[in-house]
Amino acid sequence: MLALLAIFALVALVVPALTRALGVRVFPLIAIVPAAAFVYTLTLTPQVMVGAPPTETVMWISQLQLDLSVRVDTLSWLLSLIVTGVGALVILYCAKYFTNSEEGLGRFASVLLAFTGVMYGLVIADNVYLLFIFWEATSVFSYLLIGHYTGRTASRGAAMQALIVTTAGGLVMLVGLVMLAEHSATASLTEIIDREPHGAIVTVAVMLILVGALTKSAIVPFHFWLPAAMAAPTPVSAYLHAAAMVQAGIYLVARLAPGFADTPGWRPLLLGLGLFTMLVGGWRALKQFDLKLLLAYGTVSQLGFLLVVVSYGTRNAALAGVALLLTHALFKAALFLIVGITDHRAGTRDLRKLSGLGREAPFLAGFAVLATASMAGIPFTAGFVAKEAVLSAFFEDAASGSAAGWVALIGVAVGSTLTVAYSARFLWGAFARKEGVEKVRPVHESVPFLFSPGLLAITGIVLAPLFGALGTVLAGYSTLLPQHHDDYALALWHGFDVAFLVSTLTVLGGLALFFARAPVFAGQSRVPALIDSSRLYRQSMRALDRVAGRVTATTQRGSLPFYLSVILLVMVGAVGTTLALNRTWPTSLLLFDGPTQLAIGAIMVVAALSLGGAKKRFSAALLVGVTGYGLAALFAFHGAPDLALTQVLVETVTLIAFVLVLRRLPARLGKEHGSVHRGVRALIGAAVGLLMAVVAVVALGARTASPISEALPKLAHEIGHGNNVVNVVLVDIRGWDTLGELAVIVAAATGVASLVFLRSRTDNLPRDAERPRKQSLTSRFTPSPELIAPEYVPGVQDPSTRNSWLLAGRRLAPENRSILLEVVIRLLFHAIVVLSLYLLFAGHNLPGGGFAGGLVAGLALAGRYLAGGRYELAAAAPFDAGRVLGFGLLLAAGTATVPLFFGAQALTSTFFEATIPVLGHLEFTTSTIFDIGVYLVVVGMVLDVLRSLGAEIDRQQEDASDVLESGSTI
Amino acid sequence: MSASLTLVVVMAVLYAVGVFMLLERSMTRVLLGFLLVGNATNLLILIVSGRPGVAPFFGDEGTFADPLPQAFILTSIVITFGVSAFLMALIYRSWRLANADVVHDDSEDIEVGRRTAAIAMERAVAGDDTEFGTRAAAAVADALDLAEQERKEDEASVNEQLRMQASHTESDGAEHDTTEEGK
Repeated sequence: MLALLAIFALVALVVPALTRALGVRVFPLIAIVPAAAFVYTLTLTPQVMVGAPPTETVMWISQLQLDLSVRVDTLSWLLSLIVTGVGALVILYCAKYFTNSEEGLGRFASVLLAFTGVMYGLVIADNVYLLFIFWEATSVFSYLLIGHYTGRTASRGAAMQALIVTTAGGLVMLVGLVMLAEHSATASLTEIIDREPHGAIVTVAVMLILVGALTKSAIVPFHFWLPAAMAAPTPVSAYLHAAAMVQAGIYLVARLAPGFADTPGWRPLLLGLGLFTMLVGGWRALKQFDLKLLLAYGTVSQLGFLLVVVSYGTRNAALAGVALLLTHALFKAALFLIVGITDHRAGTRDLRKLSGLGREAPFLAGFAVLATASMAGIPFTAGFVAKEAVLSAFFEDAASGSAAGWVALIGVAVGSTLTVAYSARFLWGAFARKEGVEKVRPVHESVPFLFSPGLLAITGIVLAPLFGALGTVLAGYSTLLPQHHDDYALALWHGFDVAFLVSTLTVLGGLALFFARAPVFAGQSRVPALIDSSRLYRQSMRALDRVAGRVTATTQRGSLPFYLSVILLVMVGAVGTTLALNRTWPTSLLLFDGPTQLAIGAIMVVAALSLGGAKKRFSAALLVGVTGYGLAALFAFHGAPDLALTQVLVETVTLIAFVLVLRRLPARLGKEHGSVHRGVRALIGAAVGLLMAVVAVVALGARTASPISEALPKLAHEIGHGNNVVNVVLVDIRGWDTLGELAVIVAAATGVASLVFLRSRTDNLPRDAERPRKQSLTSRFTPSPELIAPEYVPGVQDPSTRNSWLLAGRRLAPENRSILLEVVIRLLFHAIVVLSLYLLFAGHNLPGGGFAGGLVAGLALAGRYLAGGRYELAAAAPFDAGRVLGFGLLLAAGTATVPLFFGAQALTSTFFEATIPVLGHLEFTTSTIFDIGVYLVVVGMVLDVLRSLGAEIDRQQEDASDVLESGSTI
Repeated sequence: MSASLTLVVVMAVLYAVGVFMLLERSMTRVLLGFLLVGNATNLLILIVSGRPGVAPFFGDEGTFADPLPQAFILTSIVITFGVSAFLMALIYRSWRLANADVVHDDSEDIEVGRRTAAIAMERAVAGDDTEFGTRAAAAVADALDLAEQERKEDEASVNEQLRMQASHTESDGAEHDTTEEGK
């Protein structure tokens, strides 16, 4: 069974490709799959009959009670036969219905087969969650099938409406299923029903499940999607809207009835809605001109009828219910297929335009008569046998004094009268000759086209005498229900009993209604529609749209401060609530760890507070710097020298970058443009500050277990071969974090460069123009003539013949130059670079490391740039920042991945040591290579900032002033 | 575990001023706020890392300060730098392009907000009375006439509805575009 489901899925996946090759011939091919499932189900009959239902289970997520378990008991057996048998015939029929030129044929074939598969899965699923998955899958596939004519508005609208109604019902059902499964502590449908649970929770759960069943089976007030779904191709209507999907709700009610028919509210609700649906559907079917719509309302009516019978809860009603389920699938599918052929032939389904089709297409008309007879319950058809059984079941209950029995009996009798009337209307409308309407033209009747409807219609007749035998199988289901009366046996003829009398009366009444159709129709058009659910649906959808629009308009204002405020307020609210419920508080609260801390803290607070009112950009930048340097001091006193070092360096680089940008912005920090709600912002700020204070205290209070980092020093020394625990953590123990961080930095640096350069990130430093890429060490110190701008250096006689030591400073305007600074920086540069390398390599055992080293090197470059301008920077860093970043990341990632090739885990470090003459004892760990990568990435980042925010902005500024001087406009 | 009130207060002030500035429209102030919040967060990690101690170097005597949060802070310091550099480039770009250092409201968002519920619902009605029409094997003479006529009536009623809906929405002071829905 599970294998069959898998085959359905696999074949459905390859069907689009097959269709491309085979066209409509693909349909007979894929019809084999449901046909195989049909035959397989037939072979299970003996097991089903002896009451040993075959089951299959594949464990999936047992902790959530999610298992792939299927079970074929009598009810599932019957439904499996219906969905696979009718499915195979409908798919076969499609081969003649469509042509190769049909748009989306492959998708259609694939979805139709997939639908058949999930429908089969739905009726055999035993796990409630599996059932739900199949249930929703049928909704989704039905959406795709109804919307097959993607170009038609009606088609798309109908598909969406069916999807929304049935999935909404499905979701409600899911809640009920979860409640039921949780209450019963099992997700097995069989077990849940066997236990017959009671109680308020169960009642609610069952009602929620029924909502799903009622939406699926188009019961009033959810019926409106079904007539609209007639926008689907007719084979789809024949299958989904007659035999398969709409019967799923009926199936579920039938499935639950043995366990839950006594649930409070079950009987009145289902009996009432069922009868009402039956009458409304029949009434509306009488008004239709489109044959397909007539059948659609007829189906709504029949679904109501089925609901009444299967939910009734007595053994005989249950037996009648399943018999009716079978006959309905047969005759309704046949009739839809016949309408399809009619439309195919005549180009219309409007009964006002059809005349004389019966004579031109006698076989079609013959099959239609057989199917309609079964629908109307004319004696000696399968429909008659089922109707007799229903009427008998209700009558015996009514006779024993049950009011519900009387209601059901009378309601069903009236409903059946309408059924007979619209059946006659259907036959007359499709096939009769009508005055004043042009006769249809003759067309040869195609046997393959007639095969499916013919077989279904004939089965509806042949089945009638076989019902006696079938009844003994079906008893396997009906005996699950309590016995109130003598067991009824399905039979072709029960004699002239009350049921037969009622049945005859309905046929006569129906025919009378049909012959009096003119006055009836006139009367109908005077009665206003009682309820218009589809209007209600449209209104609620429109209201939903409007509410969504309002909510969007209110929340999506396009204001960044507003969004941020909302986010922060939510954070304050949510985290604040959690904190209020907190039980772990620190044991004590010290005022300070030392007087220095207090002093530093005071400075930081003052700086931060004055920042709020700062008017000038530069002073604001400095005030932020104060808090940063203060933080570095706090780190130092906390026992974190690495942090202090890095913080000081980063703060310095940030300050430099800030100043570089600031020089292009006006000095004053602008008005507080549009930032009107000063008080509100202050309030939010204070709230966040307070919240974070409590968070800090609570988090500290939660530190009760001994931290894992107690083991880190030993690990760092023995495995990482380093004494600086923080550094070993960064490059070895938690190297993945660092690798991720490097990626972030590379991305940020690239972002900076692309924001400033716009086109290419390599085109700014002037070295390419001035000096060849490959140069000898000596030529490096022999600047090419272009490098020297003689107009700025009046004192130099022959610059090209001298070795220039101050490389590019003379490119600067003299008033901007500080020779002293240039010389000092030039002298210090190499020493600082050496220091940065020392920090890099010493960092494994002493404070330092790749981050600190890289920042120091970056500061050295920044010094060169600040002293000598962008030409100096180009001379100091004759390499591309992007390549430095990339190479650094490559080194780090390489160190992470290379161990994989040696069978070790990623980032495993290897240690080498050797005693070399002169140099002495040397130690080396591969994580140092990782640290070199870090170093390079940081250098690249700083270089990128200098190149972009420094050199490139200089260049753009110079360009701009050139343009201004030459008097042209940009 | 005891906490240092000084550190907590400093952190709270940094957060408060930082958020205060983040909520402004001047981009430079937003950047300053970001830097403050960054510093405050590093301080938060420092506070929750426990008591101060000896710098964590293997072999040194005494109680170590917790090294793991220190590694986190180190990572965070450098990332904060990367993001601030990016913000600075953004500010520069905005200044170059618009000569403005201000976060403007997104005009498209405002526009979206103004268009309330203009999404047209496709009508779910029974379509034409045929899938084949004149393509049918032996189409009746008026295979499409009646269908066409009814479709037009349908459309008229749809348009009527939409017009009513439109006038309804317009009376709410909203713009409404019916041209597309009329199809």
